[in-house]
Amino acid sequence: MPDICNEELSAMKSAETPLHKVQGMGASHSGTGHFRRERMTAVALIPLSLWFAYSILGLAGTNEVIMVQYLAHPWNALLMAAFAATSVYHMSLGLQVVIDDYVHAAGTKIALMLLVRFVTIAIISTCLFALIRIASV
Amino acid sequence: MADNPQIPGRNRPLSPHLTIWRWQVTMLASIMHRATGMALSAGAVVLAWWLVSISNGPEGYDSFMAYAAMPLGLVVLFGFTWSFAFHFCNGMRHLAWDLGYGFDKHTAGKTGFLVFALAFLIAIAAFAFVWSGHAGYLQ
Repeated sequence: MPDICNEELSAMKSAETPLHKVQGMGASHSGTGHFRRERMTAVALIPLSLWFAYSILGLAGTNEVIMVQYLAHPWNALLMAAFAATSVYHMSLGLQVVIDDYVHAAGTKIALMLLVRFVTIAIISTCLFALIRIASV
Repeated sequence: MADNPQIPGRNRPLSPHLTIWRWQVTMLASIMHRATGMALSAGAVVLAWWLVSISNGPEGYDSFMAYAAMPLGLVVLFGFTWSFAFHFCNGMRHLAWDLGYGFDKHTAGKTGFLVFALAFLIAIAAFAFVWSGHAGYLQ
């Protein structure tokens, strides 16, 4: 058994441990997946947030024409899409923890989790659609 | 409050909670990390609104700016700016902890103060930057 584990560790294709793959769940039914995703998105958001701050300050006080020009540029469109998708996904992971901590009734919990996921998808797709529209003007 | 959430109706003693402890900057920073995260969730909706308004042409953008330029709009925007700065700085503090750095009591206290000071500094600097006419450099 340890041999199989070592072999798999050395040829590891993801950060998921073999033990986690076998068990598939812990007390949270998801192991460390949530924890890792929260940290991964946080690290990705460091450069993306700096770019976002640079862009917002650079666009503040200008007009719609300038903003369309800036956001229609492929690099800027891509970075804004990445910032919106990553930050809103990070948001859904964070809100899930808040629900886990404070909501204990199973029905309410499931309803709120669904709401968070639907809102997450709604915000991300709205941002992406707006960016596509801006780029295709 | 004393109800066990897992087994309704069974009363068990709870460990001391928020109302018991003397306030520490570390706990305030922890609470504010969650609070600013939740505030920034509303900010995500405003980000989507802002992008949609730009995609709707000049009139669409004007309608967004009419709200953003209101006194209440500016207060909300300052709140988002402060929350963004705080969550960014305190998030780095959390990532440092995850790597095993700065977790002892005195360092955590000091970086807690630092994060609050930095967030105010960044938010005020950002607004001063815009109001003194230095922003809009991308045109």
